[in-house]
Amino acid sequence: MTKNGGRFEVRLSGSGGQGLMLGGKLLAEAASVYDGKNTVQTQSYGPEARGGKSKTDVVISTEEIDYPKATKVDVLLAMTQVAADEYADSLKDGGLMIVDSYLVETVERDGAIQIPFTMLAVEHCGRMLFANVVALGAIAELTGVVDWDSLSKAVMARVPEGTEELNQKALDVGREAAMNAREKTN
Amino acid sequence: MSAKRNKDIKVLQGNEACAIGAVAAGVNFFAGYPITPSSEVAEFMARHLPLIGGRFIQMEDEIASIAAIIGASIAGSRSMTATSGPGFSLMQENLGLACLAEIPCVVVNVMRAGPSTGLPTQPAQADVMQTRWGTHGDHAIIALAPSTVLECIELTVCCVSLAEKYRTPTVLLLDEVIGHMRESVTLPPPGSYHCESRGTPGADLDDYCPAACEGDTVAPLGHFGGPHRFHVTGLTHDKHGFPTMVPDEVDQKIHWIVDKIESRADELAMNDEFMTDDCDVLLFAYGSTARVAKASVRQLREQGIKAGLLRVKTIWPFSGKRLHELAPQLRGIVVPEMNMGQLVLEVERTIGGGVPVRRLGRVDGRLFTPDQITDFVTEELSA
Amino acid sequence: MSQAIETARTYLKPHKKLPTVWCGGCGLGVIMSSLLRVISKMEIPKNDIATVSGIGCTGRMPTYVDSNTLHTTHGRALAFATGVKLANPKLTVITAMGDGDALAIGGNHFIHACRRNIDITAIVANNCIYGMTGGQYSPTTPHGKRGTTAPYGNVEHEFDASALAAGAGASFVARTSVYHVRELDKMLEQAIRHRGFSVVEVMSNCYTSYGRLNKYKSPVDMFRWMKESSVTLREAERMSPEELEGKFTRGVFVENYMPEFIEVYDNLAERLTSDSTTVATQLRETVERYERLGDRLKAVG
Repeated sequence: MTKNGGRFEVRLSGSGGQGLMLGGKLLAEAASVYDGKNTVQTQSYGPEARGGKSKTDVVISTEEIDYPKATKVDVLLAMTQVAADEYADSLKDGGLMIVDSYLVETVERDGAIQIPFTMLAVEHCGRMLFANVVALGAIAELTGVVDWDSLSKAVMARVPEGTEELNQKALDVGREAAMNAREKTN
Repeated sequence: MSAKRNKDIKVLQGNEACAIGAVAAGVNFFAGYPITPSSEVAEFMARHLPLIGGRFIQMEDEIASIAAIIGASIAGSRSMTATSGPGFSLMQENLGLACLAEIPCVVVNVMRAGPSTGLPTQPAQADVMQTRWGTHGDHAIIALAPSTVLECIELTVCCVSLAEKYRTPTVLLLDEVIGHMRESVTLPPPGSYHCESRGTPGADLDDYCPAACEGDTVAPLGHFGGPHRFHVTGLTHDKHGFPTMVPDEVDQKIHWIVDKIESRADELAMNDEFMTDDCDVLLFAYGSTARVAKASVRQLREQGIKAGLLRVKTIWPFSGKRLHELAPQLRGIVVPEMNMGQLVLEVERTIGGGVPVRRLGRVDGRLFTPDQITDFVTEELSA
Repeated sequence: MSQAIETARTYLKPHKKLPTVWCGGCGLGVIMSSLLRVISKMEIPKNDIATVSGIGCTGRMPTYVDSNTLHTTHGRALAFATGVKLANPKLTVITAMGDGDALAIGGNHFIHACRRNIDITAIVANNCIYGMTGGQYSPTTPHGKRGTTAPYGNVEHEFDASALAAGAGASFVARTSVYHVRELDKMLEQAIRHRGFSVVEVMSNCYTSYGRLNKYKSPVDMFRWMKESSVTLREAERMSPEELEGKFTRGVFVENYMPEFIEVYDNLAERLTSDSTTVATQLRETVERYERLGDRLKAVG
């Protein structure tokens, strides 16, 4: 969590169909239902059901959350080049940018963490739709904004029966990739 | 594994919370028509009502939706519909019937930016005056506006309760921000919410006056299929419910449907205040805007400005009581709204020029930011 | 005769609401008395009937019928009736609408009610004109006929209300006229007994407006028109389109037995509440937790 224990903002961005809304939901549930923090999740809605830009913001705080939207985000996850370009400026100074290096080629931001989430999802879980959960594993590891066990339980509570193992695998893969990536940047 | 699930904590969407409030209040009939940003209410009800002995139907339009919930209410159900601006416009016709015939029902309006189709997925608070004056003819309405997801549950229960108690349609005025956002909520223990009931007509079957409009108490409402047979009409009617054109009876009726609500404005007022004890600048807000205003009050306090927030949950009937009480200590009131100035008109009317009232409107389909309100206040103060 | 008076005494409201607003000789009285005879014959308790209407001359019918009665807004009778029936399925729900009410302003509600197959009986009193507002042309005013807003003859073409109902999927559709009273009684009874959405189109006479503008000098002239211009289904089958020109067909056009909405819905609910899978059980537990947030459980109905 942040040093002051107050407000922490996470933005998950990419394109429709990447499971970012669900990712935000899982993050918020982990932080609230298991960690006991306040959360607010907002999202941008477009008329398209699939494709197009997609973004969701999760505000996590130990205190009351008044303003519900993100202001300057602490963590930005960008799962497409368009998202990386568009939202890089929404990061606060010292904020952390995490990109899916499989889909994002150029990153303007120094110190950005680059992990090929989509590729890892396909390699380890067999389908790219696990990329969101892989990314959550990485976010938890890199930020500590949610407790690892909390995230794991929140994910297990919501995923379809029979997919628990693959989802846990996705979380673990994300966590491991984050550890490696951090070593590389440090 | 250290993390433990707290079963009472949920992360709920505002719309979902409305539906939960409805279930808690015993709503057992829902009719609706799909419209963004309110459809999640209908989806929840479609999914859950059959599990608890209720019934859901998707009607052919919003006119039919409100008609169906009024019909269901007359037949004994607690009923609700949910919509947004364009659908709310279509509902005005039968909202008037429910006002005149005094039929309890709840309309959730998740406000989006208009006019016309406007911005389907962006917030506004521009239906405030439509809620009050949208249907033709003299009438009154009760409208509540939540600012948090938990309040979506609480105020939906209130809407059902007030609709039943005063035999009137009530409107839950959400805005897109509150309707669509997901927020952590700690569910209160079972039995926490009380809901009034429309009452049962007396045993005398021949002397039942379903539309009595005298004295202080609202007549109990029977239900079709119950022991009392009765007539309901959208024509102006006498105490038996039959059409009348007798001037005295008509006059009494119209006064009744307006006064039973307007005369209780102070009693029905639900407010929430933040740092108003010593404030000399008052932010007056509701819905999602009030959350921003609260953040702004904190910012202003940090700058040494004695700001406070009066957040109204009851939009209609409008009560000026707290404004009057606070007025002597104020040097200014700022009313931020996501419209071109609607509820501010009531504030101005209440204050009557005693304290400067400044409007801050936002109509670009975006929520205010705390900085925007803070800057406006500081600029106004230095002007 | 005494039987008729007895029926009227039993099934008309006692509250001094008579005489009706209808003109002497108007077919609406015929329709209402037929309805009362049928209800009486079927021995449906008055408290178990809900009569629902919209606006117009026909819309006034519930004011007189002694049952639960609901006089709604223009065109919306079926939408209100849908709520009434779903909230209390044991009610016999009957709607009375005119042609403008049912087919113009209420046209959308009409076709969707036909499609849904909720057990409601819809009487469409078709007098081919807006009577109460003074004789403007309606969706059933025949092409070329006059109304106060069609002073030179109707430019538009008319709806065939029964064909519309059948096309929209109503499971019972019949048509007769106020001249054919015995047939009307029989059809209304069939319609009320039919389990599903039933439509009875009753050709009626507004001699005050339609008749005056279209050269029918008295109610009798209009009854004569109904007698002479209508043919039974069987007769119609043997006639060419040219011979049928300007005539209307009487008979039961549709009588299908298909699942009724509430029956299907309640079966579904029954299945859901007895479903023992984990997903269904969790869903029930969650919603019951929400239900218990309130201090009372059920509404009055």
